[in-house]
Amino acid sequence: DTVLAAATITMKLTSTVCFPRQEIMKWNGWGYSDSKFLFNKKGQAEFTGKRYRLSGMVLPSLQDWFENTFGASVNHKSPATPALNASAVPPASLNEAFVEDLKATGIPFSHEAEDRVFRAHGHCLHEIFALREGKKFERVPDMVVWPNCHSDVVKIVELACKHNVCLIPYGGGTSVTSALECPPEETRCIVSLDTSQMNRILWIDEKNLVAHVEAGIIGQDLERLLNESGYCTGHEPDSMEFSSLGGWVATRASGMKKNVYGNIEDLVIHIKVVTPRGVIEKSCQGPRMSTGPDIHHFILGSEGTLGVVTEVTMKIRPIPEYQKYGSVVFPNFEAGVACLREVAKQRCAPASIRLMDNEQFQFGHALKPQVSSIFTNFVEGLKKFYITKFKGFDPHQLVVATLLFEGDRERVLQHEKQVYDIAATFGGLAAGEDNGQRGYILTFVIAYLRDLGMDYYVVAESFETSVPWDRVLDLCRNVKERINRECKERGVQFQPLTSCRVTQTYDAGACVYFYFAFNYRGLADPVHTYERVEHAAREEILANGGSLSHHHGVGKLRKEWMKESISSLGVGMLQSVKDYVDPDNIFGNRNLL
Amino acid sequence: MSYLGHRSLMYKQGSSHSQDPMLKRDGFEDILEERRNSSDLKYALRCYAPVLYKGVTPCKANMLKNIVLQSDQLRYVINQVSQESGEAPDIIQEEASVILEEMAHRLQISTVRFFAFALSKAFKTLFQHVCVNEEGIQRLQQAIQEHPVVLLPSHRSYMDFLLMSYILYTYDLALPVIAAGMDFMGMKFVGEMLRMSGAFFIRRSFGGDKLYWAVFSEYVKTMLRNGFAPIEFFLEGTRSRTCKSLTPKLGLLNIVIEPFFKGEVFDVNLVPISISYERILEESLYARELLGVPKPKESTSGLLKARRILSEDYGSIHVYFGQPVSVRSLAQGKVNRSTYNLFPRHIPRKPMEETQSFVNDTAYRIVRLQEDNMVLKPWVLMASLLLQNLEGMELSVLTEQTVWLRGLALSYAAFLDWPDHAPTAKVVSSSLALHRGLACVSGGRVSLVVGEPLGPVTPEEALFNRAVSVLSCASYRNQVLHVFLRPAMLAVAMHTAASSKKNEVYNCFSFLWDMFSNDFILCPGDTDFEEACYLLVKTGAVQMPQQDIVMTDIGQPTLSFFNGLLEPFLQGYQVVCRYLCEEASEGLTEKQYIPAVRSFAVKLILAGAFTSLSELF
Repeated sequence: DTVLAAATITMKLTSTVCFPRQEIMKWNGWGYSDSKFLFNKKGQAEFTGKRYRLSGMVLPSLQDWFENTFGASVNHKSPATPALNASAVPPASLNEAFVEDLKATGIPFSHEAEDRVFRAHGHCLHEIFALREGKKFERVPDMVVWPNCHSDVVKIVELACKHNVCLIPYGGGTSVTSALECPPEETRCIVSLDTSQMNRILWIDEKNLVAHVEAGIIGQDLERLLNESGYCTGHEPDSMEFSSLGGWVATRASGMKKNVYGNIEDLVIHIKVVTPRGVIEKSCQGPRMSTGPDIHHFILGSEGTLGVVTEVTMKIRPIPEYQKYGSVVFPNFEAGVACLREVAKQRCAPASIRLMDNEQFQFGHALKPQVSSIFTNFVEGLKKFYITKFKGFDPHQLVVATLLFEGDRERVLQHEKQVYDIAATFGGLAAGEDNGQRGYILTFVIAYLRDLGMDYYVVAESFETSVPWDRVLDLCRNVKERINRECKERGVQFQPLTSCRVTQTYDAGACVYFYFAFNYRGLADPVHTYERVEHAAREEILANGGSLSHHHGVGKLRKEWMKESISSLGVGMLQSVKDYVDPDNIFGNRNLL
Repeated sequence: MSYLGHRSLMYKQGSSHSQDPMLKRDGFEDILEERRNSSDLKYALRCYAPVLYKGVTPCKANMLKNIVLQSDQLRYVINQVSQESGEAPDIIQEEASVILEEMAHRLQISTVRFFAFALSKAFKTLFQHVCVNEEGIQRLQQAIQEHPVVLLPSHRSYMDFLLMSYILYTYDLALPVIAAGMDFMGMKFVGEMLRMSGAFFIRRSFGGDKLYWAVFSEYVKTMLRNGFAPIEFFLEGTRSRTCKSLTPKLGLLNIVIEPFFKGEVFDVNLVPISISYERILEESLYARELLGVPKPKESTSGLLKARRILSEDYGSIHVYFGQPVSVRSLAQGKVNRSTYNLFPRHIPRKPMEETQSFVNDTAYRIVRLQEDNMVLKPWVLMASLLLQNLEGMELSVLTEQTVWLRGLALSYAAFLDWPDHAPTAKVVSSSLALHRGLACVSGGRVSLVVGEPLGPVTPEEALFNRAVSVLSCASYRNQVLHVFLRPAMLAVAMHTAASSKKNEVYNCFSFLWDMFSNDFILCPGDTDFEEACYLLVKTGAVQMPQQDIVMTDIGQPTLSFFNGLLEPFLQGYQVVCRYLCEEASEGLTEKQYIPAVRSFAVKLILAGAFTSLSELF
């Protein structure tokens, strides 16, 4: 019972020329071309397409919420440039000798403007904003290659070294750290190495419950294919529809259900990486080794600076017999955090447990589809009455935790009771499966909503951190306050939306995710304003004991804080690995260091 | 923080609008006016509904105690003390509870209403006006909603904190909780009344008492974090007996700033408040105290005796609520908050060097802001002149020089309350009338009033009486020192330097600066020398050709006034040095030191070695 409609963007090699993802995906926004939010002629919001549970539905409250929250109006549009203007793309500067040798290998490549632009960016606000505005690109890859397997990658890397060409690995393209941006100062030919064709499960070992998978596979395809054999990885980052296994490894990704399955570093058993110095591999698949520092940890989080991850051996699990969503309403955020802390302390976190603040709770309500029956309407009304009037919760204070339980039925029910009992001691009231499930749907559609905002002068972004338990509340409050204050000081005319949620719990702390959006009418350079505010917010996070990143990574966006985060000695250690593995900076995306 | 920028702006404004010193500052409103025209009882019983901090966790004074006793911070220290002393934690916990009981306020509105009524009556008898800058009140109201607020008034009189609460009540602002010295507790009934009007009591010294410190700091922090009420304390620690600002104490300031460094609050607003009395109730009491007559113990009966003062006219009070200072903005780039990340926040730790120097700096800045907004009366200028002419002055000369000094003070941005449209002679005579206990006019000459003792007098007794009147007078001169201090130090430096070379003058200036840094509020890192040069050049007393600093043709009166202004302070140091060289024996204790220096000075003066007396203490 997955919230995702079965869908795939994997395209097999059908022609010999290129593999245009842009045919089914937006070139200047999030996700599938056929899925988007819009305000119809009646002013009502709807979500187009057929892929999601919300697809084709009318969302009657969204317009009010949108206009009231941002001071925006559906009459003030800020439409995007309809198509890519090829003249805005700098011409490809090709390394002819490299191209000649590459041709000889038969590996497909392209230097079409559209292919190159598509792989010149991730999904940071400034990147998408620039695409929508039709701005001139400073630097994009000069060509794109599509290796089909590990040995293709070996050949490409060898040729790149031979001809001094810069390689930038490209997986799902969902980076939000400017990691895919080409360094403007790079004078060599830049080749985007698109791993999308390396998307097979090579074998499944049911005795050891591991699968050996090519690293270009996209999250949802991996789950779907494993499901066919009765297994799953359980690794479900919010971007899993589009992000790739290799990308997860390169950024130290975290999945929604890490409480049961672990984060990516817990899931990988073996990683194969092609570097300018050769291929990194281990000699066995022992479940744990004491052989010096784990070399996997040089690769995990290396953000494409050392080489290309080509194949990964990964833990798999039988598909759980039973899955159940749930939700708990708390009178306020403090109570909710205290409950999550207790759940973590008792180590009884469900597969997923997330706490949304009041702003997000209200936002979630604005996304409720039109209710078809009077009865549902009536029941909803009763519930609301019970919580706000009977239990005395302030609708402007209450928060909701969404839960997902997995396992065999009996144990799930037992587990559920345990968690609800803890919640009750913090004043939490069970608020139904439906609310829980809606929370998780929101996760997948929220990125689409940013595009809707940008159609109406609203810019939005999210960022995350991890923080010790005792600092969670202080950090959330201070970061929100800092954002509000910075917006005011930087001339943002409207009250910004600042919202946060606790998305992961650990023994010693939590992962906190912030959403931040504002109406930019009246601002000369909204992206610059946005960036300054995000910068200030990150400083505030660091000053309040938060980390530089929990799972998004550093890229180029947060490089300036690396020394402060891991000490200059730490940076030196990483640098010396880079210098040894890639002395000529072939993998020259300049992330991280 | 554009603190320095703000100051220089102020000077600029001061120079171009020297006729209107109030320009940069807010205007005042007399809150007694309404009290004289409407019922005090109604006023005391009116609806009181102040705006509160937006993040306030509503709680009663009693709940506060429980929060403090159950805090991680206190529990940690209790366990630590228990381990060190071998006592059971329960017993230590009980001790903590007793300390807290002794300390905690029991703020309740009915007591405040009582004070509102009683003080209205008293103020109307004692004072002509109680003036408050309303814009400051509005800024404060805004600040109270935004962030926890700390009120930092100057401290010249026992009146200060009742007056503060009275004003906040009048303007419907949140009533503060006030850190008060334990000595008040001696006055049984009054102590409890003060407690119920928001005072909490701290021991004067508790150096090594870990538990006491923990209870105290957690109590204050809890009130700050919860936004229970604005917290008020006196940076100077005690009432200044001389009307000079005292070197700030850092303990409480450290406590209220720490929650910001630890991220427990987004910001803390420090509000400097300048309370200026035209005449201080304790005027002659202070002079006697300085001369070694012991301070009367605070007692209820003593307070009742003080009723005598009710029959006198004490002029007006000006209370200036300064611009709230954001700790966050001040700390920007100076303190790296992430240094607090690797240590549990509930374990007490000595502040890091970076933090210590920040807090020290902040304390000095706040005191300087208090000084800047002190309202000065014409009498302050007259007292400065009279003290340089102890043998007395012709009234006409005094009037003329007061006018001259007024011009100088205004061009140095003094906050002078000079009556509009009144002839100078009138201003001078009414000042003399108000301070008739200190100076008198006879035969066209103005001189200090010296108390007439009964019966035969020893030379020592006569000297004592003279000293009382000089010191009383000095407490007015001292009010203007902060305006003239820097240029005056430069004037002295120019006088003492071997040549007019800028670097030699600078060396003399630095010497004086170091020496006086315990007497006056001189912030480390400030560009005082540059400021002094700027001011003296601006008023035409000094020119700076190339590498020299020289007096101009018209500079003589200014420079000699400044030399005279600081002379008593320099003489004070000379006496002490002579004593230490000539008389002091080994093993001199601190207790013996002051009386010994005092009697040494008496000997010197009686022998005719010194003329001025004002710095003898």
